[in-house]
Amino acid sequence: MDKVRVIEVKRSIFESNDQDADKLRKELRESKTFLLNLMSSPGSGKTTTLTRTIEVLKDKYRIGVMEADIDSDVDAKTIAATGVKSIQLHTGGMCHLDADMTRQGIKELDVTDVDFAILENVGNLVCPAEFDTGSTKNAMILSVPEGHDKPLKYPLMFSICDVVLINKIDVMPYFDFDLEKCKQYIHMRNPEAKVIPICAKTGEGIGQWTDWLSEQIEESIK
Amino acid sequence: MHELGVVFHIIDDLKEVGKENNIEKIHSVTLQLGEVSGVVPHLLTDAWNWAAKKNELVEGAELVIENLPAVTYCEDCGCEYETVAHGKICPKCGSERTYLLRGNEFLIKEITAT
Ligand SMILES: Nc1nc2c(ncn2[C@@H]2O[C@H](COP(=O)(O)OP(=O)(O)O)[C@@H](O)[C@H]2O)c(=O)[nH]1
Ligand SMILES: [Mg+2]
Ligand SMILES: [Zn+2]
Repeated sequence: MDKVRVIEVKRSIFESNDQDADKLRKELRESKTFLLNLMSSPGSGKTTTLTRTIEVLKDKYRIGVMEADIDSDVDAKTIAATGVKSIQLHTGGMCHLDADMTRQGIKELDVTDVDFAILENVGNLVCPAEFDTGSTKNAMILSVPEGHDKPLKYPLMFSICDVVLINKIDVMPYFDFDLEKCKQYIHMRNPEAKVIPICAKTGEGIGQWTDWLSEQIEESIK
Repeated sequence: MHELGVVFHIIDDLKEVGKENNIEKIHSVTLQLGEVSGVVPHLLTDAWNWAAKKNELVEGAELVIENLPAVTYCEDCGCEYETVAHGKICPKCGSERTYLLRGNEFLIKEITAT
């Protein structure tokens, strides 16, 4: 029998996914596709916000949506009703998507006729933050009932997002949500993050969000 | 279930390491896990014991977890303190302008193999 060897590995668990994600980002860039990774806790308003976003941008861009909500195709059906291409990703109960699963979804969407791809990630603020999906930009939604101190509790999530949408501002009067404090906490973790208050229900603030998105998309597909 | 997903990633990495080093069988795997890495050690061990059965290379291999303490730095007074005991707020000066120095590591340190 061979002698037992000790092999030093010294390798980050996330390293291979990080490399794969960079590769996917490059592939997307080459195929002139912008990929948005949208994250939040369950119920913060991802699907509602996407529906609004699609209404505004669907005549301007060819949109495709990948739904990753665990064991349910309700969201995929809601999105399909907007008339854009949508698929349900099967995560097998997993708490996040990695770059490889995202690549499979992108393949199924077929980017030759999509310029703006959206991934509605699994509802969770921990795991999706650790696994780079290969997206061009990361966005997250924090809704008012969750409280303004969320950035302190989930620092990693806030540090990887390019934009933070503060949703459900219509219910602000009923919660002691301090918007200024919230912005301050977000910027402590990520000075570059753009913060946009919205109400996905009424559409308030959605214009500022879709303007930001359009700018980013133009940059990626030109 | 974060830990199970993580275990699949570890096994994929080990398969690569196995190929690079001409390994037939891995007997033990040592991980370094930061205190605030977001991974729960006993859940990780459970997930490992389940997933490792399904792969010849790592079947029956022991998982050894080394815990690394988390330390936060305060920008205002320059002190370093234990993250888990005090969280975001500096225990010396009460500042919130603090950041994590270490404690979110998650590494495969070494393996024993034949
Ligand atoms: N009051 C209020 N409710 C909202 C708003 N946006 C979404 N909701 C509600 O929040 C719930 C969860 O929304 P959904 O989009 O499914 O969240 P998801 O799980 O993140 O996709 C639904 O009942 C929505 O109607 C908003 O701006 N204001
Ligand atoms: Mg949803
Ligand atoms: Zn201090």
